[in-house]
Amino acid sequence: MQVWNQERAVTIVQQLKELPGALLPILHALQEEFGYVDHSVVPAIADALNISKAEVHGTISFYHDFRHAPPGQHILKMCRAEACQSMGCDAVIEHVENRLGAKLGETTADGNFTLDAVYCLGNCALSPAAMLDGKPYGRVSTQVADFLIDDATRRGGQRG
Amino acid sequence: MSVKIFIPCDMAALSVGADAVAKAVEREIQERRLDAVVVRNGSRGMFWLEPLLEVETPKGRVAYGPMTPDAVPSLFEAGLLDGKQHALCLGLTEEIPYLKNQERLTFARCGIVDPLSLSDYISRDGYKGLQNALKMSAEKIVEEVTNSGLRGRGGAGFPTGIKWNTVLKAQGSQKYIVCNADEGDSGTFADRMIMEGDPFVLIEGMTIAGFAVGATQGYIYCRSEYPHAVKTLRRAISIAYENGYLGDNAAGSGKTFDLEVRMGAGAYICGEETSLLESLEGRRGQIRPKPPLPAIEGLFGKPTVVNNVISLATVPIILDKGADHYKNFGMGRSRGTLTIQLAGNIKYGGLVEKAFGLTLRQAIYDFGGGTATGKNLRAVQVGGPLGAYFPEKLLDTPLDYEAFAAKKGLVGHGGVVVFDETVNLAKQARFAMEFCAEESCGKCTPCRIGSTRGVETIDRIIKNEDRTKNLEVLNDLCEVMLDGSLCALGGLTPYPVLSAVEHFPEDFHGTTA
Ligand SMILES: Cc1cc2nc3c(=O)[nH]c(=O)nc-3n(C[C@H](O)[C@H](O)[C@H](O)COP(=O)(O)O)c2cc1C
Ligand code: SF4
Ligand code: FES
Repeated sequence: MQVWNQERAVTIVQQLKELPGALLPILHALQEEFGYVDHSVVPAIADALNISKAEVHGTISFYHDFRHAPPGQHILKMCRAEACQSMGCDAVIEHVENRLGAKLGETTADGNFTLDAVYCLGNCALSPAAMLDGKPYGRVSTQVADFLIDDATRRGGQRG
Repeated sequence: MSVKIFIPCDMAALSVGADAVAKAVEREIQERRLDAVVVRNGSRGMFWLEPLLEVETPKGRVAYGPMTPDAVPSLFEAGLLDGKQHALCLGLTEEIPYLKNQERLTFARCGIVDPLSLSDYISRDGYKGLQNALKMSAEKIVEEVTNSGLRGRGGAGFPTGIKWNTVLKAQGSQKYIVCNADEGDSGTFADRMIMEGDPFVLIEGMTIAGFAVGATQGYIYCRSEYPHAVKTLRRAISIAYENGYLGDNAAGSGKTFDLEVRMGAGAYICGEETSLLESLEGRRGQIRPKPPLPAIEGLFGKPTVVNNVISLATVPIILDKGADHYKNFGMGRSRGTLTIQLAGNIKYGGLVEKAFGLTLRQAIYDFGGGTATGKNLRAVQVGGPLGAYFPEKLLDTPLDYEAFAAKKGLVGHGGVVVFDETVNLAKQARFAMEFCAEESCGKCTPCRIGSTRGVETIDRIIKNEDRTKNLEVLNDLCEVMLDGSLCALGGLTPYPVLSAVEHFPEDFHGTTA
């Protein structure tokens, strides 16, 4: 993951602007590259797509996926939808929140973890489900969650 | 020829360690210098057995599971390549009752083939439906789909053929096929399994749809929570292009069909078709009022077919085996098969493709084996977050659109989420309102404000503040949402809420906790 680079960001916008309905692909590409969408890129997007800055802002904020600030080194997404509830995800999430000292939607003070809620990962027969740095996990008990956090902490460095 | 060993690359299988098992198997093959290869297949949909390993033998595939990397060496010692006995051996895969008792039409190949092998696909009846379609007029293809009785599997159950006919008849220089792969309902994973396990069947279905209505461009709108599906689809699409099945003169038809995957961005509402179209066009996913129907003015204002993954992936077998073959499965006005997804607190969770008409009880007990925790079953939510909570006494309801509607329930996309006796239905009702508030597109007041008020009201009921009065308030709120919402998010959220109150009153009136 790279730190925000305005020049590179504008290049990405230019590369994708001709796609029909280019806004989401552009935002995804920016987030893929930098981990978030910096608000400084909004005028360039508005200009490239010939829409208002308000429209770009409105779209970014409508979707849960797009971050406004760089995430932690590791991103842990925990499902809190019904099937996972039936297998006790709430208790696991609470445990993880306490352990990390961060609530769902927050990043730990040391910048190691961003904890996110998701509503279903399509792994509802192996609930509770989670995803750590893009890798799926099933039957995530508090012990499994601890293991995942320990392991990621030990690996440190870049996610992936 | 090398012996084939199958280990799924399905996301659910990966989530319980399929990659580590595959690595251990590769290592054994190398160390023992065996003539065997590992094939990464999709999942058979028996998730309690994942990672499931299968080996091809002259008698058929033999299954072992649930596998761990540690168990791999002993499997080879026991004679894996000849399908020999082992503590984890499950016998011939096709004879496992869970699979044997299904009627797999849409999922005929899923878990059997290498998802990215076009030759696997073709050798197992792939592209036969399209070959037949190429000999038919557009009208005839639409007629065949109409006659099959196929109804949309995304939730609303609208007849697919009738939708296609509207798009076929609509005037437009450009038409589109949009596949709804937003699969946001909790308890569902059928779309994901097909996209990861048999992506060519979706590509074929969309191509047939394109020829049937005169559309030259298709989009698959896949939720971002499914990165594995997105990756598999993109690779399958390039393979289809390289082999002449997409693009100009697609499949030698003389016609063009182009296809692209687009990713959603974590908004449940974008599963609603007009919100999805807004999102595809690059805007906030706000609902468009209907009319105009997307079939008349859809993507970029052009006539557009919007269909669920399973609807489109079922089209090839209809065109291959004929409308009558498909129609002969099912009950009443629900024809063909339903892909039931057994999820949540269930012993044998997974995918059960079965003719419409199986009762909920049969699905949960005969296939699912009851709860995973072994405690008593207390509630079942069918049809995702907008589906009603059913108590034990409604379990004999057959899985059929009309039968469920008669019980104020929803078959929806076929997800079945089981809860044991520890569930608190007031908490579930609160979640339904909270989810609606979180995911509301904001266009209409009953949904946007009503759901937030709903959460507050249920909180008061839980805290035993003025229970009787607040239950009335909740009822009124639900009524306003039912009547005054523009789309089914606000319009159906009252179903889980009111069903919880109706069937589980003790959780709302009960003694203070
Ligand atoms: C809030 C809401 C969410 C929906 N989510 C989905 C979804 O995730 N997938 C889907 O196929 N249909 C979903 N639908 C139904 C679609 O609006 C539409 O009916 C469907 O895509 C049509 O395809 P079909 O006829 O093949 O089912 C949703 C509807 C609503 C109101
Ligand atoms: S009911 Fe809710 S989601 Fe649907 S249009 Fe109204 S505000 Fe939007
Ligand atoms: S509800 Fe958690 S993975 Fe589906």
